[in-house]
Amino acid sequence: MSKKKEISFEELLKRLQEISDSLESGTVGLDQSIKLYEEGIGLAKTCYTTLKEAELKVTELKKQLENNIKE
Amino acid sequence: MKKQTEIEKNVLSVSEITGLIKQTLEENFYEINVIGEISNYKAHVSGHWYFTLKDSGAQISCTMWRGVNNYVFFAPQDGMKVVITGRLTLYAPRGSYQIDVRSMKPAGEGELQAAFEKLKKKLAAEGLFDEKYKKPIPKYPAKIGIVTAIDGAAFQDMKSIASRRYPLVELVIASCKVQGENAAEDIAKNIKLLNLQKDIDLIIVGRGGGSLEDLWAFNEEIVARAIFDSELPVISAVGHEIDFTISDFVADLRAATPSAAMELATPDKDELFAFIDEFSYYFPEKMTEIISGHRDEIRKLLSSYGFRLPQDMISGKSQYLDSLVYRFQNIYENKLSVLKNQLTLLESKLQSHDIENVLRKGFSIVKQNGKYVPRLKNFKEKDAFDIKFFDGEVKIK
Repeated sequence: MSKKKEISFEELLKRLQEISDSLESGTVGLDQSIKLYEEGIGLAKTCYTTLKEAELKVTELKKQLENNIKE
Repeated sequence: MKKQTEIEKNVLSVSEITGLIKQTLEENFYEINVIGEISNYKAHVSGHWYFTLKDSGAQISCTMWRGVNNYVFFAPQDGMKVVITGRLTLYAPRGSYQIDVRSMKPAGEGELQAAFEKLKKKLAAEGLFDEKYKKPIPKYPAKIGIVTAIDGAAFQDMKSIASRRYPLVELVIASCKVQGENAAEDIAKNIKLLNLQKDIDLIIVGRGGGSLEDLWAFNEEIVARAIFDSELPVISAVGHEIDFTISDFVADLRAATPSAAMELATPDKDELFAFIDEFSYYFPEKMTEIISGHRDEIRKLLSSYGFRLPQDMISGKSQYLDSLVYRFQNIYENKLSVLKNQLTLLESKLQSHDIENVLRKGFSIVKQNGKYVPRLKNFKEKDAFDIKFFDGEVKIK
């Protein structure tokens, strides 16, 4: 059930920020910047669509789980 | 008045007299309301409560049976002033009378406020409010556990804010009562329950506005401890801005209202879109900037001395070449002109020796065997010969 195995939205954003920082720093070679840029654009698209298509999910914690609380 | 004197005449046993007192008391004090301060309150394991009610002049012991006492919305504390309803009973074995309490209410808001301050001081002293225990709130929660009433307005508000701001999140509602009896226990249990789940990132505990009595569950110690013990960060959002509850002090973050809590808990979709857009618009410019930066660098390099050097050498060499060619041409031309001069000289000399001119001057030439004979010694007397005059030739045997 846990969603951890997929790359989380947060990690996508973090990578996007990393790319933006390294491009900004200007210390990266030309080929590397182009590679980073392409990765960035791809990432931006994924983030955009994930966010666009997201729908709020609401679940209720079932009562019968109660009994496994160690009193 | 007459009954009185008979008792004095016959001697009564202890039980008899106690029986009579019990009857008198229980018949006449069947429905009483009493106000007083609670002291040495004890909740027995059996669930029954034992305490005394006192004022400055007297005290009276009370019992409140389990079946009844769980209708009390607050946990009694020593020093609290309360109004109880109940009936007087006599406990023969110890010859003591007590109130069998049926209901209990704080003697006034002040009482609750006093109880609140007391608990606050106690928990503060224990360090439950200390800054160092406050856990950070995750910036991008994947799952938020919510402890509130599922049918309450607070939950509806939180849902609409979450779906507006950050629909990526999943809300897990652990529904419970938020006021009245057992609310505090219910809330505490749900907090523990959520902590058992594996993938919850954050808990929001709260409810909508209400009176001090309505919000009281969030001032109970059991809720405070459940929040403190929670491994997951907890945002407490009880009532309106002005309402401060114990759970607000213990929680990792206090939000003024449930809606505010959801806003603090979730990033704003529009800001995220802005950030992503910025990346898609700003960075092409950044890339062209980087590329033109490199281009300028290349241009700079090309025009740099190092690069020009070979260029200069080449132009230097070609210049040298030109000069050589130029000199060569000069020499050549000079030579040519010298030769030409000589040639013309010879030509003129030749010209002057031109036979025609000689004949024209009246001389004649002897030719023998096709060759001119310039000198007598070359002349062969025996051979035929011709004499060439300016105006013709004659053959001589």
